[in-house]
Amino acid sequence: MKLEDLKKFFFKKPKNALEGTEDAPPEQQPPAEPEASIPEKLAEKCEKCGQIVLSDEMAENFGICPKCGHYKKLDARARIALCAENFCELFAQDRSENILDFPGYDEKLASLREKTGEPDGVVCGTATIGGSPCALFSMDYRFMMGSMGHTVGEKITKLFEYAIEQSLPVVGFVLSGGARMQEGIVSLMQMAKTSAAVAKHSEAGLLYIAVLTDPTTGGVSASFAFEADIILAEKGALIGFAGPRVIEQTIRQKLPEGFQRAEFLQQKGFVDAIVERKEMPGKLAALLKIHAREADE
Amino acid sequence: MNAYDIVLKSREKGRPTAGKYIANIVDGFIELHGDRRFADDRAIIGGVGYVDGLPVTVIGIEKGEDTNAKIEHNFGCAHPEGYRKAVRLMKEAEKFRRPVLCFVDTSGAYCGIGAEERGQSEAIADAILKMIRLQTPTLSIIIGEGGSGGALGLSAADEVWITETATYSVISPEGCASILWKDSAKVAEASACLKLTAQDLIGLGAVERVICEQDFSEQFFADLKGQIAAFFREKKGVPVERLVEERYARFRKF
Repeated sequence: MKLEDLKKFFFKKPKNALEGTEDAPPEQQPPAEPEASIPEKLAEKCEKCGQIVLSDEMAENFGICPKCGHYKKLDARARIALCAENFCELFAQDRSENILDFPGYDEKLASLREKTGEPDGVVCGTATIGGSPCALFSMDYRFMMGSMGHTVGEKITKLFEYAIEQSLPVVGFVLSGGARMQEGIVSLMQMAKTSAAVAKHSEAGLLYIAVLTDPTTGGVSASFAFEADIILAEKGALIGFAGPRVIEQTIRQKLPEGFQRAEFLQQKGFVDAIVERKEMPGKLAALLKIHAREADE
Repeated sequence: MNAYDIVLKSREKGRPTAGKYIANIVDGFIELHGDRRFADDRAIIGGVGYVDGLPVTVIGIEKGEDTNAKIEHNFGCAHPEGYRKAVRLMKEAEKFRRPVLCFVDTSGAYCGIGAEERGQSEAIADAILKMIRLQTPTLSIIIGEGGSGGALGLSAADEVWITETATYSVISPEGCASILWKDSAKVAEASACLKLTAQDLIGLGAVERVICEQDFSEQFFADLKGQIAAFFREKKGVPVERLVEERYARFRKF
C-alpha cells in the first residue's frame, strides 16, 4: 500500500497534541468508512516530522520516531510497561464527578472515560524497577492533558501515604498541563494536598524520583513535579510554570528556540539529568538501588 | 453583587494593598529584604513586627497603590526570588517560634523569561512544601485577588481568611473564558462557574472566615487586628506536632 493511501485512511485531522486538548469540544467520531477494514494503527504519522511510520516499528522503538528521533507521548500504562515490572494497580476505581457543577464537564468526563477506558488522568500502583520495589504513578495525556483535579490529586496523595506505610520509594512519571480549571479552587487545593503528602514521605526518609515528561507545566510543575529528591526529564520535554503562548502574549515577544525545554532546565539548574527514553528503566533501577537503605539490603 | 461584580471589586483602584494592612495592623514593622540568592523582589514585602504586642513575621504580596508604586512592585506579580524570600523569612520565623501572617493579593505569579529561567515552578512548589510543614502557627488572609499558584504559594496556612469582596481562584475568569470557550466576553459567566467568591469558598471549605470590610475603615483594621491576635494566641498554645498534623488534615480533606 502506498503512503498516500495510508494517509487518506488514518490522518484526516492531524493536530498538535499540545493544542486543543483541554479546550476542544468533545471529539466527534468520524463515521465508519467501508474501507476501514484495514487494521487500525497499522501506521501513524510522527507529530514532529510528519512522516508516516509503521506502528509496530514505532512501538518497538519505544514510541520514538525512527525517522527523526522525536518522542511520541506515551499513555500512562505504556509508560509503566516500558519502565517497570510486576505492576500491581492501586485505587483503580477512584473517580470523582463534577464537583462545582461546571457546565459541560460531566459530558467531557463521560466521553473521555469511554474513549480512554480510564476513570481519570493518573494510574497508580506498586511495581519493581530492576528488582527494586517502589510505588509509582503515571499521568495520562489523553485525559485532558493530565490536568490535576480531585481524582488525580487524591490518588497521588494516597500513593504517597501508602508508600509511607510500606516504606517504599515513589517514582512518578509526570505529565500535565496544570490544574483542572473545571474543578476551580478544589483543583488548586490538590497542589497543597499532594505537596503535604510529598513532605511527609520525605520526612520519613524515603526517596521520591520525579520523571518530567512532555509537557510538565502549570499547577503540577508548581507542586509535586519539583518537590522530588531526584528530578529527571525526558529529552525535549516542555517544562515550565506558564505555557509558552501565555508568556509570549504577556511579554509581547517571541521566545528563543529551546526555551522551557528539558535541556534549558538542566542548564539553568532545575533538572538533575536528561535521560533517553530507552535508558530510563536502567537509570531508575540504578538510582533506586543506590538509595536503598541499609536495612533493605 | 454577582460573582463578576466581586471580581471587579477585588481589583478596584483604591482598594487597600498589603502595605496598608501592615501599616494598620503591625506595630514596629521592620522590613527585611532579599532572598539571599538573587535579588529583592519588591512584589513581596516582608519583615517582623508586633500584632497587639505579639511578635510576628509578616509577608505580603504588594500591588502598589499609585502608578509608580505599581511599577516598583510589578503589579503584585512575584518572581521566583519573591517566593524564596518568603520561604527564608518563614524559616527564620520558625526558628524563633514566631507566628507567620501573610497578606495575599495577586493576579498570579509573574510569567516571563526571567521568571522561567530562575525556576518559577520550583520556587512556588518549594514555598508550598515548606509552608505546609512549618513548625509555627500560620495565617493567610486574601485581601484582593487570590490568583492561582502565585497565591497558594503564601496560603498553605493553618487557616485562610478572606475579605468580603476578595476572590480566590485556580485561574482568572478571563483565562478560563478564553481557554474553554474561546471567548473573552464570557468573563461574567466564567466568574460564576469558578466559584471564586468568599461565600462560595466558605461553602467549599477553602477558607475559614470571611472578614467584613466595613469600607476598609479604621474600625475594619482594628477588628481584623483583634481577630489575628486572638487567633495566634490560641494557636501558640497548641503543641507544634499537633499544629502541623491539623494543617495536614486541613488540606487533606480536599
